[in-house]
Amino acid sequence: MKIIENIFKFNGGVKAQTRKSISTKVGIQKIGIPKYLKIPLRQHIGNLPKLKVKEGDVVLKGQLIAEADGSVSAAIHAPTSGKIKSIEKILLPHPSGLPDYGVIIESDMKDKWIKKIPINWAKIGVEATIKALQNSGIVGLGGAAFPSHLKMGSKATKINTLIVNAAECEPYITCDDMVMRERSEDLINGIELVESLLGAKNTIIGIEDNKPEALSQLQFHTKSHKNISIKVVPTIYPSGDAKRLIFLINGIKIPKGKRSSEYGIQMFNVATIIAIYRYISFGEPSLSRITTISGNITKPQNYEVLFGTPLKALINQSGGQKIKNDNFIMGGPMMGFKLPSIDVPVTKAMNCVLGAEPEMIEDKKEPLPCIRCAKCAEACPVSLQPQELYWFSKSDQFEKAQEYKLFDCIECGCCSYVCPSNIPLVQFYRYAKSELISEFRAQEEADVARERNEFRIMRLERERQERAERNAKRRAQSSKEEKSKLIDEKRAAISAAMDRIKEYEKKK
Amino acid sequence: MFNQQSPFIQKTSSVTQVMLLVMLALIPGILVYVYYFGFGVLFNLSAAIITALVSEFIILKMRGLSVKNYITDGSAIVAASLLAISIPSIAPWWIIVIGTLFTIVIAKHLYGGLGSNLFNPAMVGYAALLISFPAIMTKWPQPIEYLSIHEHLNIFLYGLKEKVDGFTSATPLDFIKTQLFLGNKVIDTSSYQSYADATKIIGIGYLLGGIFLWYKKIITWHLPITFIISLFVIASIFWLIDPIQFQNPMTHILSGGSLLCAFFIITDPVSGPTTPKGKIIFALGVAVLVYLIRVFGGYPEGIAFAVIFMNICVPLIDKYSQPKVFGHD
Ligand code: SF4
Ligand code: SF4
Repeated sequence: MKIIENIFKFNGGVKAQTRKSISTKVGIQKIGIPKYLKIPLRQHIGNLPKLKVKEGDVVLKGQLIAEADGSVSAAIHAPTSGKIKSIEKILLPHPSGLPDYGVIIESDMKDKWIKKIPINWAKIGVEATIKALQNSGIVGLGGAAFPSHLKMGSKATKINTLIVNAAECEPYITCDDMVMRERSEDLINGIELVESLLGAKNTIIGIEDNKPEALSQLQFHTKSHKNISIKVVPTIYPSGDAKRLIFLINGIKIPKGKRSSEYGIQMFNVATIIAIYRYISFGEPSLSRITTISGNITKPQNYEVLFGTPLKALINQSGGQKIKNDNFIMGGPMMGFKLPSIDVPVTKAMNCVLGAEPEMIEDKKEPLPCIRCAKCAEACPVSLQPQELYWFSKSDQFEKAQEYKLFDCIECGCCSYVCPSNIPLVQFYRYAKSELISEFRAQEEADVARERNEFRIMRLERERQERAERNAKRRAQSSKEEKSKLIDEKRAAISAAMDRIKEYEKKK
Repeated sequence: MFNQQSPFIQKTSSVTQVMLLVMLALIPGILVYVYYFGFGVLFNLSAAIITALVSEFIILKMRGLSVKNYITDGSAIVAASLLAISIPSIAPWWIIVIGTLFTIVIAKHLYGGLGSNLFNPAMVGYAALLISFPAIMTKWPQPIEYLSIHEHLNIFLYGLKEKVDGFTSATPLDFIKTQLFLGNKVIDTSSYQSYADATKIIGIGYLLGGIFLWYKKIITWHLPITFIISLFVIASIFWLIDPIQFQNPMTHILSGGSLLCAFFIITDPVSGPTTPKGKIIFALGVAVLVYLIRVFGGYPEGIAFAVIFMNICVPLIDKYSQPKVFGHD
């Protein structure tokens, strides 16, 4: 183990009040098994997995209930044993508030495991191990929820360095901090494992300097590991953003649209590495996570929660809100979103839930015009000019905004955070981006439609000609026969009718 | 659409707070100013601030904008104060009123109000006065000629009545220009020495305020430092060529409001550039123009014109001084 001292500093960033200590007073606790678990099928970026169970099936803890569909997808497992009560649309913790498919399990409270099958990766080889990982259901637990096996398996690029993201820069969130304090041993074992699977030569753990307890745990457990170094980065939000952290660690600036793997670097979050370790070494798929509940909450702390547990259970266990306003934020205060409803289950992406402080949700002061003070530009970690982007977005000059690299904006919120005119800058960027994206789509559709239309006209023309030819032929061929046939039919009908009339009269 | 999206937390800062800090930073300079040139300064300041608030109130009403939100932003008070302390302490009230109206009504609100003014409002007011009333605008009292409050009030209300010789003083820059114009080769500096000393100390007052603003992160180093260094370098070049005809660089920096300009005038965010490189270009441009106008132009003081001219160039400067976006270099 060695501590890396070099300093690379990205532009700006903000020093917000971190408010982390309020949720680290007690260790990680468990939330009991709920009676019903609602497990959304899509808890990751990518395709809906294929369902493997039906209503009424009895499942064991860890049993596969949906299998990854294609490579950009992740499996879903039963978090506890019980019966599949139904498969229906449920509300998801997502900004859209739209329901999606989920499996509802009635737990039998026995929490009975399926047979765990560890993977002997050294024996079956790296490729087979990575393939197996697709069935682990593991996704990035830092909140991005990107299927983890995808970050393992590219043969095209050689990975030299594994970077472990332990920065956890958003205010309030402490789940990674607590995991490192309590499960550093698993983490280091996981690092050795992931490093081998990636074929990387060394590992660097990037951690913010506001987690001394976690740091000392890491130092203790990495003493004899020459390949693992630790880089303590200053507490400046957003140091935990992947590209910012890579820059802080080794000075490489990875632009928008490029992946770190192209630079020989792969990054995993702390909790994700532990999940991979538990799966491969113990055969435990991804069934639970550590979630921070903090903010306006009576007892802010970290819980280990089974996926599918109602969020309400978590809220109730932590004593509910101190000041009741029934507003909750998922994620941190800088990049999270307000939950449209709290009748949602805990999912793989739920790293933190905040009871909204009154000042977080009350109507903000009316914004003043931009005074061009450039405070936002000084704070932007991507070195954008937020005041220009704002001007272009506001006046619907989206192409100009794009020229000024709107799509490089990571929506970190630093600019809004510092703006003395209280302008909700990020919201303007989201708006401009969505407008541009729908413009691209419309353009694409129009292109496709135009092509299709030209093709259609051609086809119609051809069909019309063919039909005309066909008809002409048929007419020429069969006109005589048909006419006589028709006349015969009519005659027959008339004579039949006449017969019926005659019969009727006879009866009378 | 814009409600309740991240970020949910915000730094407690506001335009009002920024302007308040700027006002605080002006205090040392103003105190020294009052010490040397008398209470007239305070009359000027009050008149300018009152005019600014009243005219802004009326205009906000006319434009149908929220008076509560906009008048409390403090930007009108700052602009009016900067104008007032640029005007001689023995100017009559109507000079102040006219100048402030130019600043607030024309330079600020006719251009769209807070955030939209193309030109530095205080400098527009100043330039308008300098062109219209050059005699009043260049007449300063002898420093520490203690006039009573009463006498100052009289001058403020009724103007400077009798021309007392030796009471008023030309500024050093002005004086030398006149002497050279008259063909005098050897210049007796004693006649303006006390004035020069006074402005030096006032300048240091502004310097202190400027350091405070930098410390409070209201301004960055780019504008003031570039301005001071550029002015020093240009003045040194000319002075080394001919030390008699051209004044030494320190006089240029310590007189005629150079330090006020460096820390308070060109740092006006709205009419200035936003990028770090842009700020350097802007300050360099102002310094060159200030020097040229002072030495070769028709006016003793060139700051207002230099700033206004450079304001025009700001969109261009900003456009071509964009910093490299992360990962794009
Ligand atoms: S921080 Fe706000 S007021 Fe200042 S330049 Fe940026 S958008 Fe404008
Ligand atoms: S939200 Fe975008 S523009 Fe604002 S600071 Fe972050 S990256 Fe820069």
